[in-house]
Amino acid sequence: MLLLSAVLAGVCLTLMLGQTWIDPATVIAVLSGEQVPGVSFTLMELRLPRALVAVLAGACFGLGGAAFQTMLRNPLASPDVIGISAGASAAAVFAIVMLSLRGAPVALVAIIGGLGVALLIYALSWRRGVADTRLILTGIGLAAMLQSAIAYLLTQAPAWPLQEAMRWMTGSLNSVHLDQSVPLLLALIALGLPLLHFARDLEAMRLGDDMARGLGVRLSLTRLGIVVAAVGLVAFATAVTGPIAFVAFLSGPVAAWLIRHNGSVLIPAALVGALFVLTGDFIGQHLLPARYPVGVVTGVIGAPYLITLVMRDNSRGAT
Amino acid sequence: MTPTRLSARGLAAGYRDRVVLDDIDLDVKPAGITAIVGANACGKSTLLRSLSRLLAPRRGQVLLDGHDLHRLPARRLAQRLGLLPQAPLAPEGITVQDLVSRGRHPHQGMFQRWSRDDDDAVSEALEATDTADLADRLLEELSGGQRQRVWIAMALAQRTEVLLLDEPTTYLDIHHQVEVLDLLQDLNHQRGTTIVMVLHELNLAARYADELIAMAAGRVYASGPPHEMMTATMVREVFGLDSHVFADPISGRPMMVPLNRQKRGKAQANPVTADAAASTNRPATITSG
Repeated sequence: MLLLSAVLAGVCLTLMLGQTWIDPATVIAVLSGEQVPGVSFTLMELRLPRALVAVLAGACFGLGGAAFQTMLRNPLASPDVIGISAGASAAAVFAIVMLSLRGAPVALVAIIGGLGVALLIYALSWRRGVADTRLILTGIGLAAMLQSAIAYLLTQAPAWPLQEAMRWMTGSLNSVHLDQSVPLLLALIALGLPLLHFARDLEAMRLGDDMARGLGVRLSLTRLGIVVAAVGLVAFATAVTGPIAFVAFLSGPVAAWLIRHNGSVLIPAALVGALFVLTGDFIGQHLLPARYPVGVVTGVIGAPYLITLVMRDNSRGAT
Repeated sequence: MTPTRLSARGLAAGYRDRVVLDDIDLDVKPAGITAIVGANACGKSTLLRSLSRLLAPRRGQVLLDGHDLHRLPARRLAQRLGLLPQAPLAPEGITVQDLVSRGRHPHQGMFQRWSRDDDDAVSEALEATDTADLADRLLEELSGGQRQRVWIAMALAQRTEVLLLDEPTTYLDIHHQVEVLDLLQDLNHQRGTTIVMVLHELNLAARYADELIAMAAGRVYASGPPHEMMTATMVREVFGLDSHVFADPISGRPMMVPLNRQKRGKAQANPVTADAAASTNRPATITSG
């Protein structure tokens, strides 16, 4: 509840604050359809799309990331660490540069890319069952390869504005449109709801695969459903904003910490993701001397956590 | 209510290219305690995994009241047949109460929310395992013995007619081993729950089980009540160990003492059964007198 109000407050603030201050009354007036010279454009074309897309994409990343982390019982097993976001991003760039696609088809190709990478990781790490560590290391390797693929594809494009290129490398909310938020919202509903349906099974899976089956979870079916839904969410969001660094990775653990491990982490993780992208973008836009895309900000926050996590896991493995 | 019958018919099971179990026919004693014993890698855990639907049979069937286990709907099955794996994972930061509540998972669906029945089952499970006063503690703060009692409480909360346990006493000291087995015996006596468990400790198995299933090389070597099953011949053929078997002076159940290399020759010439029993009793009588 607290998280939900924080997200709403964040949206309101980002609508009002910016290079120019717009007072709440004017914001409401413009939102309800009134034309106010000078203000309408800023609000409806610049700030509102940014805020909406930030919230929706953040929720997609947070939800998809937390589902993966819970299912694989490892915070490192997040789609943005193991290359699924990079796969979606590479596929999106490929669609734009090589196939000259725009709009919805790009999202579709991104999803195929994300699912393809998920399948590839699974196939590569399969050796008498899938061990978590092998899966994660395979994923990290693939992520690095896909990053260079993205860089290569970007150089093949005739003339990319830097901002556009940055989106596919680290994620950005620049030049998003209001109409992009509709498919994102539909994806969040169509894929997020089934994922929430699996929330209880996910909780049972945290006790180990054998225990989950003992409790009546149909393991392979549930796993397949979760992978498809979570990859879909991440890929959809990636197709719009690019792979915003570490949002999927951080939202789950932060949400788990916030709710003190009580109950399912999925909805809190979605809200944390939304809040994370919203504030990250605000910081990148207004609080830093130059304007940075949101992915740069979230990356700066996320990377140290990744390092501490790897160090903690290493020391645990050693003892 | 007639007790649930769990049985295997012509069961073969294994992993990938390796057949671990072959040609298993058995009927678990309804409302009894059955212990599966055998040397390492004889297939006893594999048998338990097959009986508990974790492993699909290569051939043959596992039957629950005559129905093929693998054709029953997962959730329905989980309401009737509970399972405690050897090493369940404890999620970080989970409380005892929360963990035990998860035993109710198969009794809840999309539209069935937490009910009075669920509350009752959880508090009864906490009482039965003597963990009610630990309810708000974190699982990671507890000792090994307490933790095992909590896992059993979770299995109890599931309220199944049959409960399968894979080495429930591993990693516990002898005090906690006996405590856990006493608890399972109570459960069996009070609720008539059919219990099947893999046990490493042969003497404890003979002490607590109504039926022993001795496994050797992926087959059932023999099965039956401990006083019939537990013989020096069985111990030699199943475990490759020379031993003496005698009635334990307290429970009257058969008990096995392994013979080491030095004693082996002597013991066969001159049975020490009576002497051994007497000498364990003597110090006790002196101190009490």
